[in-house]
Amino acid sequence: MKYLDEFQNPELAGRLLDEIRSTVTRPWALMEVCGGQTHTIIRHGIDQLLPDEVELIHGPGCPVCVTPLEVIDKALEIAARPDVIFCSFGDMLRVPGSDRDLFQVRSRGGDVRVVYSPLDALKIAQQNPHREVVFFGIGFETTAPPNAMTVHQARKLGIPNFSMLVSHVRVPPAIEAIMTAPDCRVQAFLAAGHVCSVMGMGEYPELADRFRVPIVVTGFEPLDILEGIRRTVRQLERGEHTVDNAYPRAVRSEGNPAAQAMLADVFEVTDRAWRGIGTIPASGWRLSERYRELDAEYRFSVDGITTKEPAACRSGEVLQGFIKPHECEAFGTLCTPRTPLGATMVSSEGACAAYYLYRRLGTTPTPQEASPVV
Amino acid sequence: MCLAVPGKVLDIEERDGTRMATVDFGGVVKEVCLEYVPDLRVGEYAIVHVGFALQRLDEESARQTLALFEELGLLQEEFGDPWEAAAAPPGWGEAADGAAAAPAVAAVDGAREAGR
Repeated sequence: MKYLDEFQNPELAGRLLDEIRSTVTRPWALMEVCGGQTHTIIRHGIDQLLPDEVELIHGPGCPVCVTPLEVIDKALEIAARPDVIFCSFGDMLRVPGSDRDLFQVRSRGGDVRVVYSPLDALKIAQQNPHREVVFFGIGFETTAPPNAMTVHQARKLGIPNFSMLVSHVRVPPAIEAIMTAPDCRVQAFLAAGHVCSVMGMGEYPELADRFRVPIVVTGFEPLDILEGIRRTVRQLERGEHTVDNAYPRAVRSEGNPAAQAMLADVFEVTDRAWRGIGTIPASGWRLSERYRELDAEYRFSVDGITTKEPAACRSGEVLQGFIKPHECEAFGTLCTPRTPLGATMVSSEGACAAYYLYRRLGTTPTPQEASPVV
Repeated sequence: MCLAVPGKVLDIEERDGTRMATVDFGGVVKEVCLEYVPDLRVGEYAIVHVGFALQRLDEESARQTLALFEELGLLQEEFGDPWEAAAAPPGWGEAADGAAAAPAVAAVDGAREAGR
């Protein structure tokens, strides 16, 4: 059981919870889109503090989790090449491909480097003119502008040995896919705050109107989440379905126009497969034709990959909110952070990792699991 | 990876035709690109994601968020050694009563300053 005194401001958290309790009259199912929000919710036990009528469904907003297996396998193949320095954010290291991960590629001699920023990868390319430097460009609308700027810089500075393996995804088409799924139970969305810091809120009114769902832009801290839920429940109880901004300190309605302009210049919208979910039309970005020579998929021959997804992994159902992580038979047994079947167990934003990490439902690690790797 | 951390601009310079800054994240100092928030000034705060400022943030909000991130171990997750973190993925070293320990990463110099 979680207690309010674990909150940064327990008094305010208590008031928000009281208001939610006094507002709700019947069951509602809310989806938090972002994996970062999922971790806040599970860590602070927000779902346990809420009245029984309010159910939180965890959404597909973990970029590491939804990167398709085929792209992971392409990354692994490129990273294993002796002429390549492969640069990635740290949370991709343990994501399982069909038969290995980046951590294993490195232990077998691959030059895999972790960077804090995509610009660091560009710097590595400048410092290693005789090697091919490839950056793994994944992520939602928050991460796409930095990656777009890096591609733009590579072109501007004329760095010939830099390319990017791009697999970006977009939130609004995912919301549409969730709402049109036959078994959809979602009645409202807590929209991912930092995605909206970039894109603003312009894409949401049409979705809110068409599917009659409230969409409340929400931050990542415990009080942000409670405030987002409070506003969402208030709308649901009143029969409203508008777009509301509960994270105004970081989100302006127009977003960041400079970042949007760079996105439009460097990327073009494409259909994108989501790991465990399938292809969602117009749900991703790829490098536009003008930047084709900076696309690692074109620079390296990595077609014809045969992927092998573990049959026991139900991460796709977790990502769409059909099941909770612990309802997967492999959770905590076959599938643990040390032996992950799917990315949702290994990613720092994955729902399965959140449930495992915070011991939700009393799952305990085996002695082997509890021992750190030396 | 989606984590965006508030930071304070210490210094700004043009580099390779790009507006860059040194930014303090509660004691950890990193280079940050300001091209998307070009009017940001020294002493101001911004939300920074993978080395790019994405939106200006007021000081009070920034300080509160940094303090919380430090408490949750998120600063270590963001700025610690990723190879150590990958070698010891989430789940080890957790207290059996459900209390979460910080991820197994190197200590971040000066991260304690974040709460002040």
